[in-house]
Amino acid sequence: MEQEARVQAESSISAPFVRSLRLQRRMRIGERIVESIVFICGALSIFTTTAIVVVLFQEAWLFFGSPEVDVAEFFGTTVWQPETGRFGIWPLLNSTLLTSIIALLVAVPLGLGAAIYLSEYASPTARGYLKPILEILAGVPTVVYGYFALTFVTPVILFGLLGRGNVEVYNMLSAGLTMGIMILPLVASMSEDALSAVPRSLREGSYGLGATRLETSLRVVVPAALSGILASVIVAMSRAVGETMIVALAAGAGPRFTFNPLQAAETMTGHIARISGGDISYASIQYTSIFAIALVLFFMTLLLNLLGGWIVRRFREVYE
Amino acid sequence: MSVSSADPREHSTGYLPTGNDIQRNIASRRRRGLVWQIVFLSSLLIGLLALLTLLYTIVDDSFGYIAVQTKIDPEELSDRPLEELSKEELIEILRANVSAGLFRRFDRDEPFAERSKESVLQLIEERVIGRDVVASYKLTESLLERERIEATVRERFPRAELEFHSWINYDFLTRPMSSVPVLSGVGNAILGSLWVIAITMLLAVPIGILGGVYLEEYASDTWYYRLIETNINNLAGVPSIIYGILGLAVFVRALEPITSGAAFGVTDSNGRTILSAGLTMALLVLPLMIINAREAIRAVPQSIRLASYGLGATRWQTIWNHVLPNALPGILTGTILSMSRAIGETAPLIVIGASTFIVFSPDSVFDKFTVIPIQIYNWTSQPGSQFRNIAAAAIIVLLTTLLLLNATAILLRNRFKRSY
Repeated sequence: MEQEARVQAESSISAPFVRSLRLQRRMRIGERIVESIVFICGALSIFTTTAIVVVLFQEAWLFFGSPEVDVAEFFGTTVWQPETGRFGIWPLLNSTLLTSIIALLVAVPLGLGAAIYLSEYASPTARGYLKPILEILAGVPTVVYGYFALTFVTPVILFGLLGRGNVEVYNMLSAGLTMGIMILPLVASMSEDALSAVPRSLREGSYGLGATRLETSLRVVVPAALSGILASVIVAMSRAVGETMIVALAAGAGPRFTFNPLQAAETMTGHIARISGGDISYASIQYTSIFAIALVLFFMTLLLNLLGGWIVRRFREVYE
Repeated sequence: MSVSSADPREHSTGYLPTGNDIQRNIASRRRRGLVWQIVFLSSLLIGLLALLTLLYTIVDDSFGYIAVQTKIDPEELSDRPLEELSKEELIEILRANVSAGLFRRFDRDEPFAERSKESVLQLIEERVIGRDVVASYKLTESLLERERIEATVRERFPRAELEFHSWINYDFLTRPMSSVPVLSGVGNAILGSLWVIAITMLLAVPIGILGGVYLEEYASDTWYYRLIETNINNLAGVPSIIYGILGLAVFVRALEPITSGAAFGVTDSNGRTILSAGLTMALLVLPLMIINAREAIRAVPQSIRLASYGLGATRWQTIWNHVLPNALPGILTGTILSMSRAIGETAPLIVIGASTFIVFSPDSVFDKFTVIPIQIYNWTSQPGSQFRNIAAAAIIVLLTTLLLLNATAILLRNRFKRSY
């Protein structure tokens, strides 16, 4: 190995001496080939995106083209019953939004509080231990959270607090709360990064004017890091909307248009998972319908991600 | 002059308290500061508490008493322990205790003359003795309320015996799944996971590293560079189930002749194979791989590249001999993180159609498959507390794997960390 490298080195030294002066202009075919391969690997991601968009539009086109469906019914009605040919996306969309909002109500205050504590109050040593532990929560596979929702959050917490008769076994509240725990570390970690990036001089200035630590945190550091905090909330929202396993396990099977979080209602992702998991025929309208739902889901998360990126760029405070 | 703490002027701008008010003002601001500090700390603690509760729930379900009931006491079958009997004696016991038709069927499945003693013993255990778990208890109850459990079991299942059972054990790790929870295992799910991860990593690692090399080393600031960069960042935020949909349409359906192996002479298969799953997962972790590889490559100082160029190396020689070796620890860490993501991912595989019930082990990429997270999903969604027990045991297998992987990543990072 080492010898090989030496031989290679010797040959690459001696070669230029032979054709000494035309060194610069030499066409290196090997380099060109490598460059093309590397470019293709980088550009492969474009293929993924194109494939996603093409596949989603193609099948959704078939779906909307079929006689049972029209676009106005899809976006305007509140019954989703493929068996009777009624395709209104609102029951699915509604429960997706409801579970995501519950999740954000849990994750944003707790995540932000944890981030402020870690960044402004905790000693560097404590932060060194606490942050990785919180990040373990982020590394737990979502199917494990689904199990947690079904075996702990629903039976122990919800049945315990609200009474067994008032809560359905599968319900949106349990799924939303668990999803909140799942995205909490994301909010905490991203917000903490944003808070820590605020330069020390701003804090010193605030202390110098006689502010307490709380006043410095809430009136100086948090506003200065607001773009990062908002971005973390948007990313968390996008994660919650696209989350599948928790809602598939805990939110219930069967679309239902309800605003009561104690009832079961299937979300968009849950519906896709349930329908595609069974053996469906590629020609059926149920098969194409999941692509229409996925298309809506794709654009929702894409918009949220773009919005998050825009907020970061637009409102970023640049120091130094 | 007395100023109550509710005085609105206290918070208004331009008001400077004097005399005793200063002390009162400071005291109340400090109090508020303390209250909020406790609030912030408790939100952090709630997060940690959630993690502890999660672990507690899993462990609580994985161990505990089970009440086992048998159809026949083994002692009634023979006066010696069954293990000490010869194969012929065991066959006689089996013949005497199952119907003649069933006995002939066992013989047809595999002639008794060719069966091993263990195989006959297993048949007796399953069909004659018929160990049946009639009740299972959680770890906490088992430790704290032993008397109550014993009383309940005596009353409801007089013939049952109570024993302490660890749901996670050697048999669980090696057995295939079964419709009976206590006989079920994750053996073929582990193999399925290994197959899928192997294909995923085989594709995603080289492509991801080269993609990162392109973005960091080759690309100049052109419109297509910016397009690729934005695109990769956005792809990392696409929900995993969308990748499942993509895999379903492209790999399972459109490329079925290839992914089912029909083009290579495999006949008894459809597109829902290990190969489709691996390809889909590779697309899913690719953005992650590229982003991590970029960061690792960016951390290699420019002086190393310049020194290499100065000695006359070409661009690729510089990258291959200097940039990549220096970026290797970072790339490895990123690879392991992508791998843990792929191991825990469930939703895309459900969409692709991983089988939930297969009893054979996969032995080619064109086989149907199941993976550990799919088993957890499947068992969690089944009614019956014993399915929760094996779901918890499978979660322990999954989390231990992930923990080991992440520990390796941290070790690698610290072991090979270089400072320039």
